[in-house]
Amino acid sequence: MTVITWIVEGTWAACVDATRRIAPDNAQIVLLHVTSGDVSAAAHGAYAGLLGRGPRRDRDPGPRLAELGAASATELLEAAARALGRPCSTVERRGRVEREVVAAAEGADLLVLARDGDDARLGPKSLGPASRFVVDHAPCPVLLVWPRETPGTASIPPPPRHPHHPGPGSSR
Amino acid sequence: MIKVAAAPRRPEWGAGRRRRGGATPGTRRREPGNGTGRAGQTAAGVIGYGGGAWVVGGEREEGVLSGVAAEAVSVAMLALVLAFAVIRPWGWTEAVVAVPAAVLVIAVGAISPHGALTEARRLGPIIGFLAAVLILAQLCQDEGLFRACGDWMARGVAKRPTWLLTRVFVVASATTAVLSLDATVVLLTPVVFATAARLNARAKPYVYATTHLANSASLLLPVSNLTNLIAFAASGLSFPRFAGLMLVPWLAAIAVEYLVFRRFFRTDLNVTPAPSQAAETAGVPMFALIVLALTLAGFAAASLAGVNPAWAAAAGAAVLGGRALARRRTTPATIWRAGSVPFLAFVLALGIVVAAVTDNGLASALMRVMPSGTTLPALLATAALAAALANVINNLPAVLVLLPLAAATGPGAVLAVLIGTNIGPNLTYAGSLATLLWRQVVREHDQGEPDLAEFTRLGLLTVPAGLVLATVALWAGLKVIGG
Repeated sequence: MTVITWIVEGTWAACVDATRRIAPDNAQIVLLHVTSGDVSAAAHGAYAGLLGRGPRRDRDPGPRLAELGAASATELLEAAARALGRPCSTVERRGRVEREVVAAAEGADLLVLARDGDDARLGPKSLGPASRFVVDHAPCPVLLVWPRETPGTASIPPPPRHPHHPGPGSSR
Repeated sequence: MIKVAAAPRRPEWGAGRRRRGGATPGTRRREPGNGTGRAGQTAAGVIGYGGGAWVVGGEREEGVLSGVAAEAVSVAMLALVLAFAVIRPWGWTEAVVAVPAAVLVIAVGAISPHGALTEARRLGPIIGFLAAVLILAQLCQDEGLFRACGDWMARGVAKRPTWLLTRVFVVASATTAVLSLDATVVLLTPVVFATAARLNARAKPYVYATTHLANSASLLLPVSNLTNLIAFAASGLSFPRFAGLMLVPWLAAIAVEYLVFRRFFRTDLNVTPAPSQAAETAGVPMFALIVLALTLAGFAAASLAGVNPAWAAAAGAAVLGGRALARRRTTPATIWRAGSVPFLAFVLALGIVVAAVTDNGLASALMRVMPSGTTLPALLATAALAAALANVINNLPAVLVLLPLAAATGPGAVLAVLIGTNIGPNLTYAGSLATLLWRQVVREHDQGEPDLAEFTRLGLLTVPAGLVLATVALWAGLKVIGG
């Protein structure tokens, strides 16, 4: 059995905990992190938009952010592997996050990911664009875990005061 | 003799100045009142600033080329300079093409040596000011100011997830306002990213916010943006008055960004950061902070005393630089590099080439579309035109082109141009369509590819709203405290 655990900043610890609890002893665990190029590209774009400052690599924040991002990803995966405390492999990918995760999950038996958003209540918007895409397109079973303690059902807002109940005359 | 009706001329620097060969062949200044400016423009057609005057409606000095040919050459040179600056081929600095292009437009007579000299004299103090601010920012970096900012941003974040965004907004807006957008883009962005990574937070909203604020938070002070420095000299405003008029527009632009970012990135921002390890914090560089505060006070004091505020920036840089040199924390070569001499040469050369283009016909063409007056619709139209021009080419040439026309209307119109040129570039991730298209053509894979649709959506949500609110705030400010 292959379990892919998607490591994302801020919410990965819960995914690692869930993996440790759920994955059978003989499971192959892969900790996956994807670095998106768009953050360093945005920084590079901001510098490119400054006319006349010269093509100076030492001033352009794009490459610097790419370096920092790579270092941070390595640290994150090491921390996750330590927290897991079981044999595992780590995979670092670069590119469009949602596409890379779906591609990496191909052939896996389980993909573990955490929900995003407000962790103080149940409900929307619980998935960011990338997680939404992954859940929608996952080529394998998905385990969606809470990043922290799960709030009670009382955290769901009350239903709208006048819910639409189709009456006998309006139903078709 | 070539007549160019209603073309604003370069500023004249006092009567009795020396001309080429001592004579003034074919040159005559219209007397005030004879100007052929449009209705609604200053009646005399002469708008003084910085010791000179914009003469609206005059006759072009006879050069080697006819008006049409001179304009064609000037436009071709401007296109070449801008294309080179956008493409930056072979790792060459932009001045390599800009300086010869400026020499060429002078050589063919598209701009007279006197006109070029006038432009150089106008831009000289601005460039000096810019160099001082660039050096000041680098010295603040060497003192550890931005590292201290990172520590401050990280403090107390675990309590509230949106705390980090608020602090990034405070630091990025203050850095841009005081040390210019260059400092924010080059020096602060890596710190913001590293802080987010250290806190185990998702970096994207914070880095995007920093790049956005480098533009939209550059309205406050003349030093915040090179466009402001150029406009400040032409506006005739004092430093405190400029800041006073731009304070509310600046806050409005930042507020728009903040509200949009909170909503746009709400799923990422609602994830409570979980710092993986307690990072050691560096001390606050009090000396650098005090020098910065004194420099700011010096800007206002110098301006009110009739002294160029560039001297305050130079004094601040000298104090910080002298101390760093004495303590061997920096070298003269590092300071020299921070001054970016090729960049300064580029700005000067670009100014001369743009002057040739505007003098030879662009100004009269733009006058037809340039709104006049400081009514709210006119200010909104001015800001929109400036934003559009900044988005097509870049905000630096946009401000050089539009400034003479706006200066004819008054400080209100000048500041409206700045709102357009400073907020507008956020529409495209690379600051202008020209840069964006080129970056797309060459597909800089090593830099990663941005999600253009997402970035553009963010721009569409922030830029129009920011432009309108900031301009309304400017209009209200002009009503209350006057131009």
